[in-house]
Amino acid sequence: MLLGILGSPFVCRVKIALKLKGVEYKYVEENLADKSDLLLKYNPVYKKVPVFVHNEKPIPESLVIVEYIDETWKHNPILPSEPYQRALARFWSKFIDDKVVGAAVKAVLNVDVKERENNVKETLEALQFLENELKDHKFFGGEEVGLVDIAGVFIAFWIPMIQEIAGLELLTSEKFPKLYKWSQEFVNHPVVKESLPPRDPVFGYFKGLYESLTASK
Amino acid sequence: MAGESLTLIGFWGSPFALRVKWALELKGIRYQYVEEDLSNKSAMLLQYNPVYKKVPVLVHDGKPLAESLVILEYIDETWEQNPLLSHDPYEKAKARFWSRFVDEKCVPAVMATFSKGGEEQQKAAQEARENLKTLEGGIEGKRYFGGENIGFADIAIGWLGYWVRIVEEIVGINLIDKELMAKLDAWIDDFLELPVIKECMPPRDKLLNHNKAFHKLLTSSST
Repeated sequence: MLLGILGSPFVCRVKIALKLKGVEYKYVEENLADKSDLLLKYNPVYKKVPVFVHNEKPIPESLVIVEYIDETWKHNPILPSEPYQRALARFWSKFIDDKVVGAAVKAVLNVDVKERENNVKETLEALQFLENELKDHKFFGGEEVGLVDIAGVFIAFWIPMIQEIAGLELLTSEKFPKLYKWSQEFVNHPVVKESLPPRDPVFGYFKGLYESLTASK
Repeated sequence: MAGESLTLIGFWGSPFALRVKWALELKGIRYQYVEEDLSNKSAMLLQYNPVYKKVPVLVHDGKPLAESLVILEYIDETWEQNPLLSHDPYEKAKARFWSRFVDEKCVPAVMATFSKGGEEQQKAAQEARENLKTLEGGIEGKRYFGGENIGFADIAIGWLGYWVRIVEEIVGINLIDKELMAKLDAWIDDFLELPVIKECMPPRDKLLNHNKAFHKLLTSSST
C-alpha cells in the first residue's frame, strides 16, 4: 500500500520505483488538510506522505522507501551493484534533496526579493553540479534510470512547471544543455511517463499557491 | 587488503567524522587519519569535496566520498566483517530512517537551543525534547537500536547523547529528561561505555571548552 498525494514529487519517486519493478500495490490518496487515521498510524513521526506499507510494516521517507523496494524486489535494479557507484548514487540523491528541492521551491514561493535572488542563485549552483555529474550519460544511472534519476523527478517535471508560474529561468537548455536533455528523456521514459501525475491539476495547484502568496504581499 | 590506501579527513570535534571513525574501528580497518583545520581548509579537502567543502571525507584508493551516512554504508558494503546494517530490508529501512531523523530533526533543534536566546531558544528546546522523546521510540525496548549488538543506527546516532549533555551544561537547559526519557538515557550510557566507542571519543574537557568558545562566538554575533 502506498499513501500519497497526487502532486507530490516524493510520492512520484516511489511510484516510479514500484512501476520499474512491476510491483502491484494499493494506492491511497491522502488529504493533507485532514489527515487520515491510517497516515497518523503509519507515519506518527512526520505525518507526511509518501508512506509505503508492506506486510503491515510501514516505511516513510521517499529515498528510504526506494532503497527498500530495490532490496526487496531484486530484478531491474535501481542502485548499481558496485559499492562506490552505490555511494555516489546515494550522495547525489541526497544532494538533490538538500540543495535543489528546498532552494527551488523557495525561489518560486519566496515573496522577499533579496531572498528570492539568493534562492535562485543557490538553485542554479546546485543544478550546475548535476550538469557536470551527468557527463555524457543518458541517465544518471547510465543507460537505464537509477536512484539519482528517480530522485531527480522533481527537477525534470516539477521545476519546468514552477519556473513557468514564477517567470523564472532555472532549468533551461541554454544554461544546462545536458541536464535539460536528460529531463526530456526522463519524462518521456515509458515507465516514468506512466507514473507522473497529470500536468494540469498540479500546475493549477502551484499557480494558485503562487498567486495567493504574491497577492498577499 | 594489500596495496590499498584509505584516508579519513576529519576534524577532532566533528561528530560526523566520529561516526566514520567508529565504523572503521569496529571493523578493524586500517586507515590514515588527516586532521583538517576548518578555519583554513586544505586544497586536498576542496579537491575531494568540492560540493560541500566539509569533513568527513573518506578517500579509498584515490576515490573520495563525502556525507557521513553515505560513507557508513560504503564502509559496510566494502568490508563485510562485523556488519553494521542488518540483511533484512525492513530493519535496514528503520536504521536509515532513524539516522536521518537525527540529522534532519534532532540536530537542528539542539543547534538552535545552543545558538539562540530568549523565546526562540525555549521553543527550540521544547522541539528538541520532543524529537529526543520520539527518537527513544526507535530503540523499541531493545538494548541498542541494532538489537543485542550495536549497529548502523547506534553509530549514526550515538554521539548525540554526548553532545547534548555538553550543550545542556553550556546553556543550562535540560534536554534529555532522565525520568521521561529513561530508555534513551540508559542507551546513551551503555553505548558510550563500549571500549571501541570510548577510545575514539574526544576528551570531554577539550570538547566542552571548544563548544563554550563556539557558543560565545554564536551568541555574541547575534546581538
